[in-house]
Amino acid sequence: MNAVPIKAAAVAVAVLAASAFGAHAESGMVRNCTWCHGGSAQGYSPAPRLAGQRPTYIEQQLVSFAHHTRDTPFSKQYMWGAAGNLSPRVAHALSVYFSNLPARAADDGNRELVAWGEAIYQRGMPEENIAACVACHGPNAEGIGTIPRIGGLDYTYLKRRLEQWAEGYHGSLVHPMPHIATQLSRNQIGELARGRQAEHGVAVLPATRFGSFLDPLWVKSL
Amino acid sequence: MWLVGAAGAQLALLAFALSVPDARSAGRSSKAAGYDVQAKLAYCEDCHGRSAQGFHGYFPIPRLAGQQPEYLKNQLEALVEHRRTNNIMFNVAHSLSPGMIAALATDFRALNPPPLGGGARHLVPTGEKIFQNGVPEANVAACAACHGPEAQGSGEIPRLAGQLSDYVYNKLINWSKERGQNPTERDISAVMSPVAHSLTRAQVEAVAAYLSYLK
Repeated sequence: MNAVPIKAAAVAVAVLAASAFGAHAESGMVRNCTWCHGGSAQGYSPAPRLAGQRPTYIEQQLVSFAHHTRDTPFSKQYMWGAAGNLSPRVAHALSVYFSNLPARAADDGNRELVAWGEAIYQRGMPEENIAACVACHGPNAEGIGTIPRIGGLDYTYLKRRLEQWAEGYHGSLVHPMPHIATQLSRNQIGELARGRQAEHGVAVLPATRFGSFLDPLWVKSL
Repeated sequence: MWLVGAAGAQLALLAFALSVPDARSAGRSSKAAGYDVQAKLAYCEDCHGRSAQGFHGYFPIPRLAGQQPEYLKNQLEALVEHRRTNNIMFNVAHSLSPGMIAALATDFRALNPPPLGGGARHLVPTGEKIFQNGVPEANVAACAACHGPEAQGSGEIPRLAGQLSDYVYNKLINWSKERGQNPTERDISAVMSPVAHSLTRAQVEAVAAYLSYLK
């Protein structure tokens, strides 16, 4: 019963916040994005944060939505249409605009797992053939060029995104994320994760073998 | 006598205990070797590019395709022995057995994808001149003297042909901070120190541009 008024309130907040962009030349377009991605583009699950994202990455993703290469269910449902009619000029302007907004960390993961997640991020797991995220995403997960900033993105989005790669959905880059995500999803890793979680005193194990391993990665606030 | 006998028996037992699992694991690892090498290769290529042609991540990640096996082996050892500093590769190198290193190095040697390129085209002629003739007025020998006229390398001296230009640039500019870091270990990288020190940044950039297009 409460769900509808809460959603309506959220939309109202989004609209009010969006009106602050009125002075911006692309304000109509900006509002079209912030409707789902949050009034200050901090993300509004399942739509990821756009604020502070690498501009080249945003632009490239808009192209991949328009060309239907990024093919996850929410991409199809929302972003194919949203990006389908953007001119290159508007896509570029939006990318630059959102990249310049200040970003806040979602800070919505399990803090107990931060240290472990950081270790995986910085060093990988060479014995398990899992590459260190830092090599491409940077020491502070800030990204570069077409490689996205992932520090501070929300837990659900990041986890789901990796799951989707392992499940065979496509992004704009073919290499190397599908292979890395597949490595992460292997059963053996799930077992390993359970052992480590026990060490960290975490009692409740996520239901999926995959989630149990990925949990720690997305906690760190950056 | 008894003590010696007991010790001898213990040694024999120990030798037996060691030999049994050794024989077993040797059999198993040779069976799994093909799969293990392929999985490790795919792991290397996650960062170094699908055909080991190199990759522009947050850091330039070097081309390994066509590289000299002895160079790869020496560099992986250098990382473990703290002669060469790199946090990411230190952990990777630690996880590789000598047999795995030999197998990977052989596989990388056989790969021959086209170079990624990336250097400034207009610097290529200058870079070629430096590479082939050196910089006599700065007392810099021709790179070709050791790396070969086609930059294919030899033994512990690396192939440079097709290497990422920003990787070559970064390595040469930071040579004395990343190489030869363990004074107790012999390190062939000492050969490069005066060269890296004598070349100007502009000259390094030109050589790196030339190499990035070389097949």
